[in-house]
Amino acid sequence: MSADLSELYQQVILDHNKRPRNRGKLPTANRVAHGDNPTCGDQCNVYLRLEGDRIAEISFDGSGCAISQASASLMTTQVKGRTAAEVEALYQQFHHIVTTGETPDEISDLAAFAGVHTFPARIKCATLGWHAARNALIGDADPATTEKHTD
Amino acid sequence: MNPALHAAIAAGSASRWENVRADFPILHQQVHDKPLVYLDNAATAQKPRAVIDALVRFYERDNSNVHRGLHALSMRATDAYEGARARVAQFINAADPAEIIFTRGTTESVNLVARSLAAGLKPGDVILCTEMEHHSNLVPWQQAARLSGAELKFVPVLGADAEGGLDLAALDSLLTPQVKVFAFTHISNTLGCINPVAELCRRARAVGALSVVDAAQSIGHGPFDVRALGADYVAFSGHKMCGPTAIGALIARPGLLDAMPPFLGGGEMIESVSFLQSSWREAPWRFEAGTPPIAQAIGLAAACRYLDSIGLDHIAARDAALTAALKSSLASIPGLRIVGPPHERGSLVSFVMDQAHPHDLVTFAGEKGLCLRGGHHCTQPLMRKLGLPGTVRASLYFYNSFDEIDAATRILADAGRYFA
Repeated sequence: MSADLSELYQQVILDHNKRPRNRGKLPTANRVAHGDNPTCGDQCNVYLRLEGDRIAEISFDGSGCAISQASASLMTTQVKGRTAAEVEALYQQFHHIVTTGETPDEISDLAAFAGVHTFPARIKCATLGWHAARNALIGDADPATTEKHTD
Repeated sequence: MNPALHAAIAAGSASRWENVRADFPILHQQVHDKPLVYLDNAATAQKPRAVIDALVRFYERDNSNVHRGLHALSMRATDAYEGARARVAQFINAADPAEIIFTRGTTESVNLVARSLAAGLKPGDVILCTEMEHHSNLVPWQQAARLSGAELKFVPVLGADAEGGLDLAALDSLLTPQVKVFAFTHISNTLGCINPVAELCRRARAVGALSVVDAAQSIGHGPFDVRALGADYVAFSGHKMCGPTAIGALIARPGLLDAMPPFLGGGEMIESVSFLQSSWREAPWRFEAGTPPIAQAIGLAAACRYLDSIGLDHIAARDAALTAALKSSLASIPGLRIVGPPHERGSLVSFVMDQAHPHDLVTFAGEKGLCLRGGHHCTQPLMRKLGLPGTVRASLYFYNSFDEIDAATRILADAGRYFA
């Protein structure tokens, strides 16, 4: 197995892809956001039940590559119980990991995505679920998209 | 070509094809410490030494701007550039080199004809496309429809996995006298199906519609006779037939170009310019504003010579033999499903695998030295209709080998196990 490949498809990622956590609609959700990566065709819906400023429950569904689906799955496990500000800080940390390959000192499952940085075309896949979650938190009705320009 | 000749060419001349393969310097390298297996030919073909040498020779000896030059280099460059036009005309059996407009490629060719024809379209007119068009033969027509008020309609594809190809029966009701343009692909870059170009052109003409053929995937893969096909316009790219990038052509039926307004304005395309108005040169130069892709056109002519030296009928037979082997080999992989027509197809196979998304498969393959393409292949509406997130596409050209097909099959079977 080539080093880059096993770096990209870490066991954590393959596992979340095969056995996604918190997958499905959330009947009690009071926030929903849709994420879309038109260049890949990846889709991701994120469902939240917010209690005040805190995520009490979260789920996701959608379709796409292993990176996008595993990342959305892992994201749900990381942000549950967190406030919007805490989620934003986590996202910034995650974004730094996938764009630079640098991992934080403290142990974090998010570090599994460090290998993505050597495949620039896949960074959007990794961040799709996070964008949808952030949109759900701010209550943005517009779908999150990885592309800004549409005609 | 008959099957016996197919088999003879495919099996009986292995050493010949090894020699052909040696003409392509790029193929003989390792990627990620694995032998390169290049099966992304539908995206772009590799370049033989003869084409690379033609480019180098031009830049080392003859480089100059064309037309109106009064010095030796400019005259040489002009002769070579216009000679390239004549060579391309010969390659596709066009009656006159003046029917050939050099463009940057298929996309620019379609934009040129779409924008020019839009000026003559009006509300009530119909532009007919098909559901299998590449974005390059769709978006320009959307723009033409918006500019002119004409309506855009589509010939459907048949079957859950498009296995039925184009719905030719639907043409009866779709090809009405309101249709002014019928734009369709010769070979689908996503499905591989081969459309009956001559029949479609004939039916378009019967209702007074102009036919526009996207030949990006067919040119250089077999004999191509623009007159026999009866097309009004043909668009193609040089880089998919072993030529350089940024050169292609729009070929028009004699007489059509004279009636068309220019596409881009600027130098080279004018006859006389005053501050307030200009007059145009005759076709095809009226459509070639600015310094044209000179070296690229000369490289394209070299590609024509190279492909003719092998023989387009031999290339077609080699492509068909390789494609048949690839198709049956891929079909043996558990969980793999081939999309598109079961039989007659161009030299590509599109597929999906239960175990993994196309992008994961293509990334995995890439790390093993196998170049494939995954995704929507610039046919998003078709993918949406088929309910697919995309496909993986393996596309062949005559310089590929049966050993490479075996290697590709092993790698994809490994990928299936890896993601299972």
